[in-house]
Order: sequence, then C-alpha cells, then structure tokens
Amino acid sequence: MSNLGIYIELKDGNFKKSNKETLSFAGKSGKDIYAVVFADDIGPYMDELKGVKKVIQVKGENLTYQPDAYADTMAKIIKDFDLEYFLGIFSAQARDLFPRITARTGNAGLINDCLEIDLENNLVIRPVYAGKLLCQYSIAEEVKILTLRPNVFPAAEGGSGDPEVTEFDLVKSEPKTKILEVIKSESKKIDLSEAEIIVSGGRGMKTKENFAILEEMAALLNAGVGASRAAVDSEYATYDMQVGQTGKVVNPKLYIACGISGAIQHLVGMKTSKVIVAINKDPEAPIFKKADYGIVADLFKAVPLLTEELKAVV
Amino acid sequence: MNIYVCTKQVPDTEAVLSIKDGKTINEENIKWIINPYDEYAIEEALQAKEKSGAESVTVITLGPQRTESSLRTGLAMGAQNAIHVETEEYIDHKTTAKALANAIKQDENFGIIFIGKQAIDDDSYQTHILLADYLGIPAATNVTAFSLEGDKVIVEREIDEGAKEKIEMAIPCVVGATKGLNTPRYASLMGIMKAKKVPIKKFTLQDLGIADSAAKIKPEKLYAPPEKPAGRVLEGEVEDTVKELAKLLKEEAKVL
Repeated sequence: MSNLGIYIELKDGNFKKSNKETLSFAGKSGKDIYAVVFADDIGPYMDELKGVKKVIQVKGENLTYQPDAYADTMAKIIKDFDLEYFLGIFSAQARDLFPRITARTGNAGLINDCLEIDLENNLVIRPVYAGKLLCQYSIAEEVKILTLRPNVFPAAEGGSGDPEVTEFDLVKSEPKTKILEVIKSESKKIDLSEAEIIVSGGRGMKTKENFAILEEMAALLNAGVGASRAAVDSEYATYDMQVGQTGKVVNPKLYIACGISGAIQHLVGMKTSKVIVAINKDPEAPIFKKADYGIVADLFKAVPLLTEELKAVV
Repeated sequence: MNIYVCTKQVPDTEAVLSIKDGKTINEENIKWIINPYDEYAIEEALQAKEKSGAESVTVITLGPQRTESSLRTGLAMGAQNAIHVETEEYIDHKTTAKALANAIKQDENFGIIFIGKQAIDDDSYQTHILLADYLGIPAATNVTAFSLEGDKVIVEREIDEGAKEKIEMAIPCVVGATKGLNTPRYASLMGIMKAKKVPIKKFTLQDLGIADSAAKIKPEKLYAPPEKPAGRVLEGEVEDTVKELAKLLKEEAKVL
C-alpha cells in the first residue's frame, strides 16, 4: 500500500477549514495517511486529525512560513516517509510552496486545482481556460503532488482513532527571499477563493463609494465582496476583488452579481457557483442566462431592499 | 546584466473554444495573444532596463512555429532580443521550465527574469517557480509592485485576503507578474517595423539538453463542462421580487 501525505495549512495558527476537504478525500482512499503540521503545539489540531495514521509535527526555532525552509522540509518528509502522494489545498500559500516542493523532490510532478481525483488510475480532472473547458490529465511521475480546489470536495466529519505523532526537525535552509514586511489589508476581507458566499459588483455600481451597499449585505451574510474586470478597470474596486479569467476563479455556494452584465471573461470565473443570483436593470444582460434567480431592477433600489429582507431569514 | 522575459502564446480571453479529437482545442479561427500576465512582465522588464542600466531585454517563448508572432510583439514593445524554443510536441511544465532555464543559463550575465504568474490557457500555476528552482535562484509570485535597490530587488506580492508581503531578493531572481504591476504599453508602428528585422535565436529541446521530453503529466480528455439549465427571472415589483428571492434562497436553494 502506498502512503499519502497531506500538508495541513494553518492560518495565523488556526486550522483552515478546507483542510477538512483534503482529509475527507484522503480518508476514503484506504491509504495510510501522514498529516504534516508545522506547529510547536499540536494539541489544538488533534481532534481534526482523527483517522490519520501518523501526524508529522515539524518543529524548529522559527516556524513562520518561509518557502525555502518549508519546501526543503516537505521534500525530505516525502523521501523519508516514502510518500507516493502528497496533497494540499490550492491556496495562495500553496501556489508559492507546492511548485518548490515538486522541484526539490525531483521524481515528482504537480497538478494544481483538481476537481476530481482518481488515485487508482492516477487521473485527475481540472479546469482549463479558466473553466471554459475541463481536462482529464494522467500523471506518471513516481511522486504525485496534487492540490484540491477549495469548496469542491465534500468535508465529512473526521475519522476515528488517534494518530501517532512523530516530531520532525525543520530543515534549516538559507532563505533565498527575505520577507521585509506583511501589509495587512485595511478591512478584514474574506478570501474569495474559499468564500461560501460572494456579493459582487460590476460597472453598474458606478462609483467606488457605492460598493458600500454590497459590503453591508456581505457583512450580514459573512460573505466576500467581489468585482468584475470592468469595475476593477474603472477603479471602483481593487484587483484582489476581481473575479474572472484574469482574476480569481471562485465557487461559492451563493454568488450574487449586482450590476454585472456577464462578459465571458467574468462568467468563466464564477459559473461553478452552486447558486447564482443576478440583479441588473438590463433584461438582455447575458448574466441572466447563467443565473438561477434573476431580478430585473435598478440595483441601487434592489440591493438595500434585499439586504433588509435577508435580515429576516438569516 | 541582461533581463529576460518568458512569455506564452494563448487564445484570446474572448475566444469561444471548440474541441478537436477530444484532447486539444480547435486552433482554426483562434485569435492568439500574449498571455496577459506576461504582458505585465514585458512592461516591467522594459521599465527595469531603463532604471537599472541593464544591457538588454530578451523575450523568450516555447511552443510551435505560430508562437513566433508573440516574440515579434515583445520586440515591437521594446525588447532587443528574442529566443524561440521551438517544439510542436506537448511537453509538461517541468520540461518547459527546464528548457527555459537551460536557454537562459547559456547567458552567464542573466539577471532578473520576468514572467506571468500563470498562463490563462492551462492555468497550471507552476512554471515560473519551477524555473527559479531549476536555476537555483529566488522567486516571488503574484507580484504587484517592483523596485530596484542597488543590487537587490524589492517586490510586493499579494497573499491571502488582500494582504501583501514585501520581499527582498538578490539578483538573479524570478518575478511572477500579476495585474496591478503596471499598464503594458502598446507597440508603436516604428517598433513593429523594427521588430520585423530582428533575428530570432532558435533552439530545439535537444539543443538545450532535454533528451527525454515525453510528458509525464499529460491531457487525456478535454471536454466542455455541463451547462447549467437557464434559471428564472422573478417577475413583479422590486419590493416583491426581493422578498420572493430571500425566501427562495432560504427554502428552495437552501444556501442561507
């Protein structure tokens, strides 16, 4: 039986919810699971890691994320524990880290952003052309490194049985990059690629200030605020909010598009949302063809009214 | 120092794609463009040359014969040299990164390498970092601001939730460009005329020491995702439709 490793991603010391999706998928594979956690104290995470065979606790003087030390450590873990598969979440950190693990492991290959994984036949399905098409890839590398798109794989309740814990020393690599500063965004934003609900605005928002009505609805729904490329190019919104082919590809359970006409570049970035709502005053807007529910109305009227109605149901 | 920019030719974002043989897209009637993220890379490279007094900017691409046109565009924007790693076969990202690394390494004087953080065709999000690792040099991905300070590079890169990280790297290094870095210039008519006369340096994979180029990760099946059936537009006065919508989201769609 081959061994499967999982990188458990922590965010400010907290266990990221999407780890559950990776763990649930791995739990069903019948393989021995090795969960890698970079933490001085493993206690807070043990409940989430039930059913895993072994927890590899990486310890070191400074466990703050640094790509070189993390990648070298992970490559060593893959070799030492003879891992044939290594999985993680397709997150911002994984985009930085996983290609480095792949290069440093040598006999490994990486496929990012998987929607379906068949470990028996070493096949995965992932979106290409921002999701305009899907592609099935085969992987014939000795070590298969895969990242899972958030919100796609079902997160079941954890397995049973306490794992054994092995300590592992962080590899002390000479860092090639020096982090000078982390600049937090002014408001506490919800990461769009992992958000469950997104309220998004387009050119129809008319000004940057008008996004306040979307933020109000988002605060109520604990949602992220997104934008179309047209809104970003008009500087109503910042690029980290852009949803679409040249922005973020998102798949929340609810996507509320306000004043977005639905250019293909935007549609490919959000069409896998489970439920799409469109609010637009133009009844001919292409967004209505993709929307589960549409309201043809002036968004400046409809959005505040909808926020009021939602207060009663959430 | 010589500056390098890696580019990939991709279908236009507005392109409607159809499938050929179940594995690839039908290339007829496709408008090809430079990967938009690579355009930011070209622009930043041209600006960096002016600021640093670097000797040249070289654009490099890997792909079939048709991709030469994207090199001409890069030259027309202001690059001095172009390298084409020409191959008609499908190769995986590790081989692509190795070939690019080996082509760049032939120049002992290579400095900053600019490249888009991802290509908008297969969105695989790894080539630039693999490239840096194969060259043994630092890399920053998702870069929205770039500056030179002496013999070092300072970049800002976007991380989660709108937060940014400011990073210092020694040169040589790889900069993975994203939107927000700059506004790419258009090629001038004179630039386009001049670019036509620049000789393009050609390599095959074999020239670059890639003996085994067989893809270990390769596409088996390409298909369109199932289309969602059209939804419904709620009829009536806005006061009523929002009320109905809130109810539907709660009770029918069960997403609240």
